[in-house]
Amino acid sequence: MQMNTPVGPNALDTVKDGWVGKPLDRVDGRLKVTGGATYSYEVLQAPNTAYGYVVQASIGKGRILSLNTRAAERAPGVLYVLTHLNAPPQGEGNHHEAHPVLTGPQVAYFGQPIAFVVAETFEQARAAAYLVEVSYDRQPGNFVLADNLNRARRPQSTGAPADSAVGDFDSAFAAAPVKLDVEYSTPQQAHAMMEPHASLAVWDGENLTLHTANQMLSQGRLAVARTLRIPVKNVRLVSPYIGGGFGAKLWVNADAILAAIAARQLHRPVKTALTRQQVFHVTTHRSDTVQRIRLGTDREGHILAIGHDSYSGNLPSEQSYEAAAMQTRTLYAGPNRLTRHRLAALDIPIASSMRAPGEAVGLLALECAMDELAEKLELDPIELRVRNEPDEDPERHVPYSSRHLVACLREGATRFGWASRHPRHGQVRDGRWLVGMGVAAATRGNPLQPSQATVRLGPDGIATVRMAMTDIGTGTYTILTQIAADMLGLPPDRIRIEIGDTAFPEAAGSGGSFGAASSGSALFDACNRLRGKLAAAAGVDARAARFADGRLQAGGQSRALTDLVGAGGLEADGEIRPGDTEHTFSQQSYGAHFAEVGVDADTGEVRLRRMLGVFAAGRVLNAKTARSQAIGGMVFGIGAALEEGLVLDRRSGAFVNHDLAEYLVPVHADVPAIEAFFLPELDDAANPLKSKGIGELGICGAGAALANAIYNACGARIRDYPITLDKLLPVLPTQS
Amino acid sequence: MKAFTYERPGTVEQAAAAASQPGAKIIAGGTNLLDLMKLQVETPQRLIDVSRLPLDRIEETPEGGLRIGALVRNSDLAAEPRVRRRYGVLSRALLAGASAQLRNKATTAGNLLQRTRCSYFYDITQPCNKRQPGSGCAALGGFNRIHAVLGASSQCIATHPSDMAVAMRALDARIETVSADGRARAIPIEAFHRLPGATPQVETDLQPDEVITSVTLPPPPPGVQIYRKVRDRASYAFALVSVAAVVAVSDGRVRSARMAFGGLAPKPWRVVGAEEGLVDRTAVADSFNAAADAVLEGARGHGGNDFKIPLARRTLCAVLAEITQA
Ligand SMILES: Cc1cc2nc3c(=O)[nH]c(=O)nc-3n(C[C@H](O)[C@H](O)[C@H](O)COP(=O)(O)OP(=O)(O)OC[C@H]3O[C@@H](n4cnc5c(N)ncnc54)[C@H](O)[C@@H]3O)c2cc1C
Ligand code: SF4
Repeated sequence: MQMNTPVGPNALDTVKDGWVGKPLDRVDGRLKVTGGATYSYEVLQAPNTAYGYVVQASIGKGRILSLNTRAAERAPGVLYVLTHLNAPPQGEGNHHEAHPVLTGPQVAYFGQPIAFVVAETFEQARAAAYLVEVSYDRQPGNFVLADNLNRARRPQSTGAPADSAVGDFDSAFAAAPVKLDVEYSTPQQAHAMMEPHASLAVWDGENLTLHTANQMLSQGRLAVARTLRIPVKNVRLVSPYIGGGFGAKLWVNADAILAAIAARQLHRPVKTALTRQQVFHVTTHRSDTVQRIRLGTDREGHILAIGHDSYSGNLPSEQSYEAAAMQTRTLYAGPNRLTRHRLAALDIPIASSMRAPGEAVGLLALECAMDELAEKLELDPIELRVRNEPDEDPERHVPYSSRHLVACLREGATRFGWASRHPRHGQVRDGRWLVGMGVAAATRGNPLQPSQATVRLGPDGIATVRMAMTDIGTGTYTILTQIAADMLGLPPDRIRIEIGDTAFPEAAGSGGSFGAASSGSALFDACNRLRGKLAAAAGVDARAARFADGRLQAGGQSRALTDLVGAGGLEADGEIRPGDTEHTFSQQSYGAHFAEVGVDADTGEVRLRRMLGVFAAGRVLNAKTARSQAIGGMVFGIGAALEEGLVLDRRSGAFVNHDLAEYLVPVHADVPAIEAFFLPELDDAANPLKSKGIGELGICGAGAALANAIYNACGARIRDYPITLDKLLPVLPTQS
Repeated sequence: MKAFTYERPGTVEQAAAAASQPGAKIIAGGTNLLDLMKLQVETPQRLIDVSRLPLDRIEETPEGGLRIGALVRNSDLAAEPRVRRRYGVLSRALLAGASAQLRNKATTAGNLLQRTRCSYFYDITQPCNKRQPGSGCAALGGFNRIHAVLGASSQCIATHPSDMAVAMRALDARIETVSADGRARAIPIEAFHRLPGATPQVETDLQPDEVITSVTLPPPPPGVQIYRKVRDRASYAFALVSVAAVVAVSDGRVRSARMAFGGLAPKPWRVVGAEEGLVDRTAVADSFNAAADAVLEGARGHGGNDFKIPLARRTLCAVLAEITQA
């Protein structure tokens, strides 16, 4: 089905006491905690599997002058050393389309793979990798975004245009009675997912099976085929379990291509995993941003002019940019508007999507600017947002599919006790802690991607669902189980979900908050068609049929489904395609974050004390996994506000803190009582499930709520993330 | 990681003899050494595993102190009732370090001998005088937010990252060793760690044929004990600045004081003059600031770590205020 019009009442609405929405435990939970879930590096393989280890460039830009692999080749167990001198020619494209490796002597960024050592064991390959001798012709590189702002260009984007303008921003801003013009910066960030990238490549003649940690297998399959210059049908990607990705595994990475090339060369399966340190340079990261926000209002706080300029960086060969100003096109009302994205060509590793690309860092700027504006206007920050609630999309002039931002703010204010916040900063003290509260809005675009599924009901009463979908730890197996259970009237233990394999129908994969809606809608469609076939087998009208307890009920008759499917079982295909509702509605999910922090009055250490997120994101498919996603996102927000940031060495272009001892993300002790709450909402322009994406909403705005709470606690407005104690020290009160 | 041989000597003397062989390295909990070996920062040819030697006891000394075996795990030491009762500053310092999992593996001797966390030291593609003498110091013009403001040299500005050692410095611990020939010696902790000077690769007074067998603590000094660790997240982060303080106050005056600092210098830092200056002073902010002046005399930042100087002052003043108001 295609989403051309809102879906209206459908089968999911009529299920009585169904599984969808319940906090069903993860159906794969037992496998995960007992080690039965096999991640890419753990897949059983033939006994002759060889192991590869990546050798990385140690300069930020230049040329390899010589590469001596003799010692490595003679080292114990070494089978093969792949370099640009013996690598096959490969297909090209941007990092979404292809991932050629070892293409020549050029070094485009620090840590770029320059050789791949393959040996009988991982340890032998790693030891030999250190024997590869390289000499370079170093060239000066452009590494630092802040130094390259005036060289930044409008990116050649394929998606939404990089710029937007409505009305006359410049004049309206100049004339506005109240003005705010501020610059925020956010650092480069690493995904830091649990499972490092890993691949096992196995060739059978001309056919490649690649077990690889990848979020979007159907896309990945195309990229592998294009890179290796082989037919798509010869490529199979398998990835049933993925230990997190947050965007780092959206695209095919060097591990997959290196393993595939080496395996073809050696006629042996080749397995490789990046080390934790290697992940930081060999794979992608989120670009840093420099953002300028301009807000002009009347004296009551109604926005007259809203402007958001955002700069980010990427390799000269890439056009993808951090779309940090995107949400500013839809979040608040105002007649005069301007958003612009600029991209600087930098000699750094590939910058790409990380959880909530755009909003995650865009809202760190916009939602703090709103807080600054509220203070200028002497308005409560919630009231300022309420006054600027639009009744239609202010740039596209179409209705919102559903939007409950104000309800989230109000519900959150009540639950959090917002009324007790002191409007002036620096007024609340608890022992050595300066205490403050902050609020921020959350919003995230709600995309839908084409997806397909098949469902087959066997004579044993088991329904098997198949699609090339992935579960990156979010709970996909579980929500698909729930959808199939309700649609077919079967208990969850009669549903078998088989995903993570491109041998199955093409699916969206996991990314951009589209996974559950896209895969779930394809499954919904497949189940609907299977219901039709079952009804036909029973000789009744599908629209009148009810499916419950393994039976079909219609017009007084009740038939066991197992009697209807025949000896061979019954199968149906389903699909979802985005359609007109993408254009006729403005689709976002919304929420509100509330944070209370303590700032140590002596040291400037910031510790979160409590946090609440209230969200409205369509139908909640599983209360437990939804809450986990929301809370996980909020934890990301804590990191973004207080801790996370890659340190770029401006001399070499290297990320200095490339391990998890030095790249800090929140630990348990940083995460006190945090709660997430979903308002009831159904969005029937979004998809037939009436759900919206929730994988990223939790991070959007979360860090800004902390930053605003820090300001409320101690009066320090730090516009350069993360807000570490060294930035707060100079503005702390003198010690008593 | 380079291939190595592995041996498990049966006695301390055998371990010391084995350790004195070229290319040999002792391994205890392995939480630091193995990481460094994987990155080829350390490339021992022989690993001498001491972890099963009987050096895991905590005993009373005749003087009324404690002798802590070199292999006592950080978790066990922190939880030991006598340590908690008499040497609270040590227990708290240990618990402020690393993570529960690491503390379960980490040993007393290994903790004292852990290497710096300077990122350039961990990356063999970068110049580092400590790792490769004469190659330069990448931290000087680079990322040095976590680096030293005291005791550093133009060759190396790395800090010693231990929390435990800072508390031990305040407690005047002695490090006891045995060498291959059976000779025992006790090294006062202030002499154990060395400043980098022109040889940042030499970090301690330990000789190649010596094994640490224990650490002794004299009877606890009088006063209130506090360990305050300032860091970028609430747990599992190295100290930006830490203070181990043992201070006795009566009638509003300081009677005795010991203050040791982590995160500031290449070794646990202590300035006896600052402590002496506090004695008999009234417990007020001026006295604390004077102590901070004495501690931080000659402190010098390198750009990224300039903040540590005011941070150390503020942290020390806060700790002293907390103790004296208690
Ligand atoms: C992620 C991370 C975070 C950490 N955070 C902190 C922190 O916040 N605070 C903190 O204080 N520490 C921290 N640590 C460091 C940790 O405390 C040390 O790694 C640990 O104490 C080392 O002890 P070990 O027994 O594992 O030593 P090993 O790694 O086995 O050995 C370390 C060194 O000691 C030598 N050695 C060991 N025993 C003897 C002996 N008996 N005689 C002679 N030489 C010996 C070894 O040869 C080696 O050179 C952290 C470590 C990691 C990995
Ligand atoms: S500070 Fe010391 S350890 Fe760090 S790079 Fe310089 S010499 Fe090496």
